[in-house]
Amino acid sequence: MRISTGTRISLRVIALGYLFVLLAVPIAVILWRTFSPGIGEFVASVSTPAAQSAINLSLLIVAIVVPLNVVFGVATALALVRGRFRGRGLLQAVVDLPFAVSPIVVGVALIMLWGAGGWFGGLDNAGFKVIFGLPGMVIATLFVTLPFVVREVEPVLHEIGQEQEQAASTLGANRWQTFWRITLPAIRWGLTYGIVLTVARALGEFGAVIMVSSGFPGVSQTLTLLVHSRYIDDHNTYGAYAAATLLMGIALVVLLLMTVLDRKRSDR
Amino acid sequence: MITVTDARKNYGSFAALDDVSLDIPSGSLTALLGPSGSGKSTLLRSIAGLEGLDSGTVTIEGRDVTNEPPQRRGIGFVFQHYAAFKHMTVRDNVAFGLTIRKRPKAETDKKVDELLEIVGLDGFRNRYPAQLSGGQRQRMALARALAVDPQVLLLDEPFGALDAKVRTDLRQWLRRLHDEVHVTTVLVTHDQEEALDVADRIAVLNKGRIEQVGDPVTLYERPANDFVMGFLGSVAHFGDQLVRPHDIVLERDRATALALDAKVAGSPGVVEAVVERVVPLGFEVRVDLRADSGARFAAQITRRDAADLQLREGETVHARAVGRSSVVEVDPALAI
Ligand SMILES: Nc1ncnc2c1ncn2[C@@H]1O[C@H](COP(=O)(O)OP(=O)(O)O)[C@@H](O)[C@H]1O
Ligand SMILES: [Mg+2]
Repeated sequence: MRISTGTRISLRVIALGYLFVLLAVPIAVILWRTFSPGIGEFVASVSTPAAQSAINLSLLIVAIVVPLNVVFGVATALALVRGRFRGRGLLQAVVDLPFAVSPIVVGVALIMLWGAGGWFGGLDNAGFKVIFGLPGMVIATLFVTLPFVVREVEPVLHEIGQEQEQAASTLGANRWQTFWRITLPAIRWGLTYGIVLTVARALGEFGAVIMVSSGFPGVSQTLTLLVHSRYIDDHNTYGAYAAATLLMGIALVVLLLMTVLDRKRSDR
Repeated sequence: MITVTDARKNYGSFAALDDVSLDIPSGSLTALLGPSGSGKSTLLRSIAGLEGLDSGTVTIEGRDVTNEPPQRRGIGFVFQHYAAFKHMTVRDNVAFGLTIRKRPKAETDKKVDELLEIVGLDGFRNRYPAQLSGGQRQRMALARALAVDPQVLLLDEPFGALDAKVRTDLRQWLRRLHDEVHVTTVLVTHDQEEALDVADRIAVLNKGRIEQVGDPVTLYERPANDFVMGFLGSVAHFGDQLVRPHDIVLERDRATALALDAKVAGSPGVVEAVVERVVPLGFEVRVDLRADSGARFAAQITRRDAADLQLREGETVHARAVGRSSVVEVDPALAI
């Protein structure tokens, strides 16, 4: 099909305009609002004790969630691609569940499960706080980020096939050696991207986390919760913008770091 | 010696290997030859341990390896599509087996250099597989398999993905390599020319069974059955027998043909046929013929004989068979 020049240009304008209004404008507004009073104001706003604690908590959650997702994500992807077992179809479907279920529903489900009076409520009664404590926020974040590593690694595993691994085994490598020396380097890119998505989502998750956090400033607020409470509870609009900028900044740094690290390693 | 005894492998109700037994002598270069889907790869992969057997045993140099994983069978394996480790240099690919065995670096480097020289990749040490041609990749894969000094070298259609010229070069090269290294080698191929060219023994497979095992000459000249005869070269249905096209002699004169044919014991007789086409094939000439009965067959004769006969399309000739390579009785339905 041939498209006239006029049509082509107007299609481009529409596409760009769409992206601009949806993505660029909100981000630009936040950045502009954050930095127009000056960089000093921004630094002051993100270094209050409450902000410090929120940064630490968010990073701590990321630091717990990412390794768990890497290990279980890669294992699940391997099982889905290589495994020949009953219930594989079911597993396929379950992995996508977090995409389908609203985070707020996840939060509610977790409270019913782990809260006082829930199935696993015994823990709560015994003094180990899951809900309204760090474990609850970690579990909620794990739930919503579960698919990323699996879904990024799976197609790469399909694509590389099994011949390289079989060649390694004929050359004397056991399963473990084969995994470290052949499989892992081969899925590296997919895994990296899966991690980036996991980090971004873990930092940005709001709905599931707000349900299971006690939400005390300086204690159990993640960065997203801080943005929310500053805006809604404290009517501190500027503080909300500053925290939001910081949130974006951290995600961006993670993305750049992963890309650079991986480029370095593959350049060797 | 590799000994496979009563090997059986089913995929569902389909038998990929149907009670196969085979001895492969030490130091030989044996080809597993058969059409696609005949179970060649399954047999080779069972020897390697990449596929488990449903029943039967595999021994390598007297050691029962039936239940051993590939890494403990003392084998080298070469795949059709190279299975190069894409993220490693040529050097690291070839060194892989030695690195796994934690050999000292100096020893590994020496061995790798030796092998790269043998396979003609000396200058390519620091390249990545993506920077090599198909033929080079396969030679790298061979060096990699040889690096661990395997007791047996197993090759699954190693030249199948290469173009014709490279393929013939590489198989000559493999033959010479085998003459030097003498490692027991099993080569899977569906190409009879390749098998006849490089192997000193051929096992012909069909539908998960072994039809015949022997040296190339025996298989070509005394095939055990129709299938082997048909698979190892072209055949012509002549009289009530299968013969090789170059065992058909053409005469202008019927009396001469009858007189000469009388001297060949058990010959299928003289067939009168019309020349349909004369096709020069370089050294030889193929003559497409149609018998009285309407059945078509081809004779392959030398250029000189063709010149003497001065064959033209539409002319009648008298064909007789000599030195029958077939001992096979043809299905009467196929006979002329
Ligand atoms: N993993 C498998 N699942 C089902 N059938 C298979 C599998 N591998 C091989 N087969 C079947 O077994 C038969 C023999 O296969 P193979 O040994 O690869 O043949 P060849 O190498 O001679 O072409 C084929 O009909 C093939 O379809
Ligand atoms: Mg095959």
